[in-house]
Amino acid sequence: MDIHEYQAKEILAEYSIKLAEGGLAHTVEEAVQRSREIDGNVWVVKAQIHSGARGKAGGVKVCRTHEEIEVAAESLLGKKLVTHQTGPAGKLCSRLYIEAGTEIAREVYLAFMIDRSHERIVMVGSAQGGMDIETLAATNPDAIKKIHIEPAVGLQDFQARTMAFALGLEDALLNHAVRTIRGCYRAMRDLDANILEINPLVVTRNNELIALDAKMSFDENALFRRHRISELRDNSQIDPREIAAAEAGLSYVGLDGDIGCMINGAGLAMATMDMIKLAGGEPANFLDVGGGASAERTEKAFRLVLADSNVKAMLVNIFAGINRCDWIAEGVVQAVRNIGMTVPLVVRLSGTNVEEGRRIIADSGLPIITAETLADAAEKVVHARNQAAAAV
Amino acid sequence: MAILINEQTRIIIQGFTGRIGTFHAQEMIDYGTNVVGGVTPGKGGQKHLGLPVFNTVREAVEQVGAEASIVFVPPAFAADSIMEAADAGIKYCVSITDGIPTQDMMTVKNFLRLFPERNRMMLTGPNCSGTISPGRAMLGIMPGHIYSRGVVGVVGRSGTLGYEAADQMRRLNIGISTSVGIGGDPIIGSSHRDVLQKLEEDPETKVTLMIGEIGGPMEVEAGLFAKENMSKPLVAYIAGLTAPPGRRMGHAGAIISSAGESAAEKVERLKELGVTICPTPSLMGETVAKVLAGL
Repeated sequence: MDIHEYQAKEILAEYSIKLAEGGLAHTVEEAVQRSREIDGNVWVVKAQIHSGARGKAGGVKVCRTHEEIEVAAESLLGKKLVTHQTGPAGKLCSRLYIEAGTEIAREVYLAFMIDRSHERIVMVGSAQGGMDIETLAATNPDAIKKIHIEPAVGLQDFQARTMAFALGLEDALLNHAVRTIRGCYRAMRDLDANILEINPLVVTRNNELIALDAKMSFDENALFRRHRISELRDNSQIDPREIAAAEAGLSYVGLDGDIGCMINGAGLAMATMDMIKLAGGEPANFLDVGGGASAERTEKAFRLVLADSNVKAMLVNIFAGINRCDWIAEGVVQAVRNIGMTVPLVVRLSGTNVEEGRRIIADSGLPIITAETLADAAEKVVHARNQAAAAV
Repeated sequence: MAILINEQTRIIIQGFTGRIGTFHAQEMIDYGTNVVGGVTPGKGGQKHLGLPVFNTVREAVEQVGAEASIVFVPPAFAADSIMEAADAGIKYCVSITDGIPTQDMMTVKNFLRLFPERNRMMLTGPNCSGTISPGRAMLGIMPGHIYSRGVVGVVGRSGTLGYEAADQMRRLNIGISTSVGIGGDPIIGSSHRDVLQKLEEDPETKVTLMIGEIGGPMEVEAGLFAKENMSKPLVAYIAGLTAPPGRRMGHAGAIISSAGESAAEKVERLKELGVTICPTPSLMGETVAKVLAGL
């Protein structure tokens, strides 16, 4: 689960990480008010959306007067910002963070993340801050320092010092750097974060080390024990279809194609989408209904898939293990009847109670196209989609 | 032979008396698996499904000689149950539980590494469908009837895609020695490589099938291992051709987050390493059949 920059900064402040003075605004008036509360004569207005690369998308504006703050706030609030991370739809900006301008002497990069292959937290740093770490990793991997942290003993000071030296920080900043690095690690561990990225971490003209930006993402599976973190969720930053899916216990990812999918199991779902593509179609979504799909959940899944107006045909592919084909078939028949489905539907059932499931579909009298195998199902749904498209 | 479990393996259920544990314990017993009891703390001394319930895994090891366990404990407590099994001397553990926090799994893996290798419990999962040695024993939640016994060793991250592979093979009269689900989480007990190593050592297994997906370096590492250390052919399918970068496709681990993690890139690397690739997911059975025919 992602959170906003201002929320991450509130957390980091509790872990002794130094920040520029700043405040949150929901309206233009609040934005101006915040800037009046903050000393100095330069402020930065930062759009709070769940994405990096906000600067390039015009989401970060430097202002020298309160009038400029007003203009900047007006131009951002209520607008959708498109970055290379948001997709073409962009993300709605409904909150601003107003921060004191910082005189930057140097920018460095510092991040903590879970390294899957080492099964540890890895601390990543580079003396070249401010730029995209992926680009840096591709163009100049030697400029990146990685230090893995042994979970049972935790981060040690020598590791923090090693990183501080790799970042090229002056000796006078060493203690401050160690405190910052340790604070980040503790936040990561205490709060079940997956990612904590400070890009850039800056040395100011006054020789202070401050986190100019902050990004944190948390393990969804650990939110049951992180109530404070789960309250930071901002649903305006998430595709509403994905929220509806999560509430129904489904896993859904919207895509650009026009063949809707409902499948059980993430691996089978990906494989079925691959088959659709190989048969010449494009999937409209990834949807895993999971185990124990009741008639109610099946109907919710149908509604979700069909809510996408691009969908011209739909494929159901179920390999029943814990599920039973007869339950799924009843759910499908009920969903088609209740929704008044208008696009062609292909159903492929396999596994536990398959004969009973197929009989229910056949006896329903509904115009459901059935398929035996995965390949058969993909070909039939692509054919149905092409016919539907031609009929329009 | 088969790997990890056979008809003799003495199996216990952790989270035995719960609804899910009860249901799958019964399925496993009906399949013919040698289930010798279960563990539910606080219910020790009772009988459940006609089998003894223990308070601790250690009691189950001492009193009924438990060798393997399957964990149905809820996510908040599952890591603890896995570590208890390792500490008690269980040799092989399957964790079915979905939703264990990543940092808990980090702790589990760290704990397992404290044991010398010869005494270290092997763990598969979490968030997997389990392991089956068809006709002998089932330590999982799969529909046992779709698997037939034979010479193909299977390892895969996904449950239902593994069923699809088993079903395609059965239609072609191809059987399986052991099929292992390793799970879809970012940190898991055993990798494709770990399971392939076991399958290579198993005299009954003639051909291996790896069912992978987008995200992480695990499939390519397994391909490297196969090239350098395996005498048996490796067939592979990688799911997620249509998956866009940065989007998590159901499994917490199935996300293309850096270069080399897309399905197309993995397929290219595996081909270079001499792995036979299933061109489509509907050709897993036929591709294995061709490789078997060429032996």
